[in-house]
Amino acid sequence: MKLLLKIWRQKNAEDKGGIVEYPVDNVSPDMSFLEMLDVLNQDLIEKGEEPVAFDHDCREGICGTCSLYINGRAHGPDTRITVCQLHMRSFNDGDTIYIEPWRAEAFPVIKDLVVDRSAFDRIQQAGGFISVNTSGNTQDANAIPIEKENADKAFDAATCIGCGACVATCKNSSAMLFVSAKVSQFALLPQGQVEAHDRVLNMVKQMDEEGFGNCTNTGACEVECPKGISLENIARMNREFIAASIKG
Amino acid sequence: MAGMFNSSVGRKFAMALSAFFLMLFLVMHVSINFTSVFSADLFNEMSHFMGTNPVVQGLMQPILIFGVVFHFVMGFILEAKNKSARGVSYAKNVAKDNSTWMSRNMLLSGVVILAFLGLHFYDFWVHEMTIKYVEGDMSGLINPDNAESGFRYYEELREKFVSPVRVGIYIVAFVLLALHLLHGFNSAFQSVGANNKYTKALTGFSKVYSIGIPALFIFIALFHHFTH
Ligand code: HEM
Ligand code: SF4
Ligand code: FES
Repeated sequence: MKLLLKIWRQKNAEDKGGIVEYPVDNVSPDMSFLEMLDVLNQDLIEKGEEPVAFDHDCREGICGTCSLYINGRAHGPDTRITVCQLHMRSFNDGDTIYIEPWRAEAFPVIKDLVVDRSAFDRIQQAGGFISVNTSGNTQDANAIPIEKENADKAFDAATCIGCGACVATCKNSSAMLFVSAKVSQFALLPQGQVEAHDRVLNMVKQMDEEGFGNCTNTGACEVECPKGISLENIARMNREFIAASIKG
Repeated sequence: MAGMFNSSVGRKFAMALSAFFLMLFLVMHVSINFTSVFSADLFNEMSHFMGTNPVVQGLMQPILIFGVVFHFVMGFILEAKNKSARGVSYAKNVAKDNSTWMSRNMLLSGVVILAFLGLHFYDFWVHEMTIKYVEGDMSGLINPDNAESGFRYYEELREKFVSPVRVGIYIVAFVLLALHLLHGFNSAFQSVGANNKYTKALTGFSKVYSIGIPALFIFIALFHHFTH
């Protein structure tokens, strides 16, 4: 396959950056998208040019690191996958492909296609945990009966890999899908009840302080989320937040 | 509690409450307007009641005005915040693949509705306020010195729908209201945290409401336009 790549290049956080065109040849449809970029980088290195910086780690859809906005969609054209699970057979010979970093004020670009997602870490640290006494007399979690429906929903929420595609795709750069998944995962389980009240208040507060936008329920996040996290979680977070605020 | 409305979720909650209020108001408004299609007398009676009742005028009307102003001011604030949450935009973005046009253009549909509300205020409200509170004529009669002349409301309504331009503007505004509601109705439920086993049924009802109510308003306008 012959392709024209239009890639966002930016030297560092301060640099203005811009789109640079790279014609590539001999791309196999069986390559993964990241392998295609590896090949491009190999060429650039051989030519003595600066390779394109992009994030990746597990390359099997579980770490959430790979974060590219490809041809106008978070994680590219297919749904329910991360970039590392995207293959070149999803494109056609002769295609022009735009490759951009996640765009949000709360996710500043570090270099090229790499953004700083530590805002998510700070939201997690604000309340995305439970405190368990580990003195030796801790109750075995498996001994606590949990309704099947709630266990399933908590598990679904827990599959969020923190990739940030929801923020990247949302027209408001809202992080509500991510935060609501993290809130729901605990809100649905008895272990999460102790800190439920403070958790939702603190996590929403941190989310706002990081500069993410307000959800307008367009539902784009749910469509683009590689793990199919449901909008129901946002409604649950809203309920929890409103109830916790009224209680004070 | 006080801090609630300084948060993203709290503001959305307030936005949804004002929207629920407006949606209830629309039901009442269209019901009264609809009486004009089959009974000039009933329409006159109801208009006179709404226009002179102290509870309606002194309490409900100010709440309504506050509700409308709150809704669009909050709408502008939220949109401005959301715009600034993305400093650099994408060179290529295909939003239509993951969201509806209506959901992405609430501000646009809202601004058209707002422009229409401006005209509507000028047409009916300023007119009513002038007659009732400036000129001091609370009679509601065509000729205040002649009790036999009958109420003026129905005649005034018919008069407004003679001009095809006005009717055209009216239709455009209500089509945009329908688009606003096609996203807004369900969105408001989601904002207050109601997303559960009833959501599917509600989605059906929301379509009926969102298309039905504006369609009724349009029908009333066309009815008077063509029967004048
Ligand atoms: C009778 C008139 C109106 C009705 C019934 C109405 C109804 C609604 C509803 C149901 C929502 C969804 C609320 C939510 O998602 O929580 C909404 C949102 C919105 N409305 Fe209106 N609206 C009206 C007039 C206006 C006007 C005049 C504007 C002026 C700009 C406006 C601007 C907006 C905006 C920007 C949103 C999106 C805000 C957000 O989702 O965060 N609306 N409206
Ligand atoms: S909710 Fe989905 S899109 Fe958002 S961070 Fe989690 S996995 Fe990624
Ligand atoms: S590299 Fe880990 S999810 Fe893609």
